[in-house]
Amino acid sequence: MTNTVIKIENLSKLYRLGEVGTGSLREDINRWWTTTIRGEEDPYAQIGHVNDQSEQAEIGEYIWALRDVNLEVQEGEVLGIIGKNGAGKSTLLKLLSQVTSPTTGVVKTKGRLATLLEVGTGFHPEMTGRENIFMNGTIMGMRRLEIARKLDEIVEFAGVAKYMDTPVKRYSSGMRVRLGFAVAAFLEPEILVVDEVLAVGDAEFQKKAIGKMKDVSQGEGRTVLFVSHNMNSIRSLCSRGLLLENGTVKFVGEVDSIISSYLSLNSEIINNLLSPDVQRNGSGEMRFTNIYFKNNESKVVDQIISGDYLEIHIELEKYSDIDFTKLIFSILFRDNGGNTVLQFVTDEMEVTIEKIDLKGKVIIKIPNIWLRGNNYNLAIRLNKDGITGQKFVVDEINNATVLRVIEGDIWNIGRSNRPGAFAVIPSEISIMNDND
Amino acid sequence: MNKNNLTQVKEENWDLVIKPQSHLLDINFRDIWSYRDLLYMFVKRSIITMYKQTVLGPLWFFIQPVLTMLVYIVVFGGIAKISTDGMPQPLFYMSGIIFWNYFASCLSGTSNTFRGNASIFGKVYFPRLIMPLSTIVSNFIKFLIQSAMLIIVFVYYYFFTSANIYPHWELIWVIPIMLLVMAFMGLSFGMILSAMTTKYRDLSFLMGFIVQLLMYATPVIYPMSLLEGKYSTFIWYNPMAHIIEGVKYIILGSGQFNVSGLVYSIIFTFIIFIIGIIIFNKTEKDFIDTV
Repeated sequence: MTNTVIKIENLSKLYRLGEVGTGSLREDINRWWTTTIRGEEDPYAQIGHVNDQSEQAEIGEYIWALRDVNLEVQEGEVLGIIGKNGAGKSTLLKLLSQVTSPTTGVVKTKGRLATLLEVGTGFHPEMTGRENIFMNGTIMGMRRLEIARKLDEIVEFAGVAKYMDTPVKRYSSGMRVRLGFAVAAFLEPEILVVDEVLAVGDAEFQKKAIGKMKDVSQGEGRTVLFVSHNMNSIRSLCSRGLLLENGTVKFVGEVDSIISSYLSLNSEIINNLLSPDVQRNGSGEMRFTNIYFKNNESKVVDQIISGDYLEIHIELEKYSDIDFTKLIFSILFRDNGGNTVLQFVTDEMEVTIEKIDLKGKVIIKIPNIWLRGNNYNLAIRLNKDGITGQKFVVDEINNATVLRVIEGDIWNIGRSNRPGAFAVIPSEISIMNDND
Repeated sequence: MNKNNLTQVKEENWDLVIKPQSHLLDINFRDIWSYRDLLYMFVKRSIITMYKQTVLGPLWFFIQPVLTMLVYIVVFGGIAKISTDGMPQPLFYMSGIIFWNYFASCLSGTSNTFRGNASIFGKVYFPRLIMPLSTIVSNFIKFLIQSAMLIIVFVYYYFFTSANIYPHWELIWVIPIMLLVMAFMGLSFGMILSAMTTKYRDLSFLMGFIVQLLMYATPVIYPMSLLEGKYSTFIWYNPMAHIIEGVKYIILGSGQFNVSGLVYSIIFTFIIFIIGIIIFNKTEKDFIDTV
């Protein structure tokens, strides 16, 4: 039988925007009168509307940072919380960590709950590493005895044994982060809520931190709520996902589908029409009108994880007659330096081109986009008469759009690749002792 | 742990329930007790970091009151010629300064609770009351260190000069009560002020002025016997007056010990403490949104 350890019911949080200045005392008294004395609803709560940040906020306006969130988390579950900036992730974390109180709704939890919104809270630069371990540990609710018992492990995990009696102000920022995370790692709560603290520190430490998180969640069967912008960490750590949008729950479910809806959510604007004014060359019998990307779930996206399925859709229109059998379509992927790192040209692939009456479409399906994480400028070109030379260009756009590739976990090790190079190809390397 | 859940008894056994509102007078003593080690660490932190990177280090504990005393001797004793009730000036001022400073530092220390710790409060939960409590404890330690100096000055004048010092040893047990009253009065006012500064920041500018003003309304640099008429009635309503005057009566034998005044101070402190807790509780819930 599954055991619900977190139950969130109708959780909402109202924030006031703009300057809290004149009139607030009057409003305070008014609110106190209506809510406490007369027992009615907060008169100012009704002003708020759903958190849509595209609109300009008026002074003194109220906004729902979180609205009617309902969620149940089972014991041992690792839930990834994703959403755009301002979707309500941080507010949800703040409410869970009791830093601030909800406007309405209830959160109920079972077992010791620890939230990690930051590593090294309460560190004092003048105190030594050892003193700060105790300071930070007790702030997070540990007893001093408990910390003393785990001190050796904490110091070893942080890798700062030599500097235990040095004031923390002499530490590098990386060392401080390691020390802070090490204390948190040995907190051993039943429920752990982690913000994007893993985004700091060097690659080696990140790996260690992710590994520790995996141990905590999978090995020790603890419940973890994990907030991140890094889809790889989410994908490798979490079994279930929660997608927040404008303060409300958009989806809850299996992590891969949540990630793909998040990526498509991120790119509502990118159905970018190629207007006639865009810088282009060519004789103009035909024109490209639109270019966009789709992922494996046929959702329009503007970014893709390295190694995932990618479709490129290009729409075009015909203005005057042209010999279709001799058309050549090419698409080039260029890095920031203008180097072409990947190209597809239809004549070398012997693609047959259908006759287009008025409007047409090019669809390129790439089973795995083995490009490294980077931004790539796409150049598209249509040539006539079977010749790719400049004089035979029908339409050419050099900066048609940008494809954002996010580093993926190609080697299946729970973290992203190191940046660098253009392509990554699945392969196997063995390093072994040669006995022969 | 939560009473409200008794209605839904079946299998619902939650350890923690986060709700919008709580009772006004809700002090979760069990919660505070379970964080007692944090109190210890905060006290330790403030003591060991107080004079870090200063040349004279912990000597500043002694230098500050001595310098203040010298200034008072020159200005109030020498120039203004304010009476010290026949007491040696150093002893009279020193006792006033050290006891008053305990109250003043509790008040100004706790009044900065929310704003000064916003970065910690914004990241992690612990009973917020731990913070002001740690302020009064660490100031108490400072007070103990400084009172060693008071004892030295006292011993000098009591044993080695012919000054007319007649301590009321039989009342010495009242001193801890007075310290407790001072601590809680400072804490309560501090809590109210710190809660209000989160919204109305003007108060933080007023703070130094308020403490200064309160000191002149308290017989620190002058004896109560100096006052006549409406001033003495006015000062009677200052709860700190009875404490400072009482301290001088007990350890120096000067001035007056007013039982009804002390009782008034205790009742006053109790009421202001209740108000302080209510305001503090209301603020700690979501001050992070306004600060």
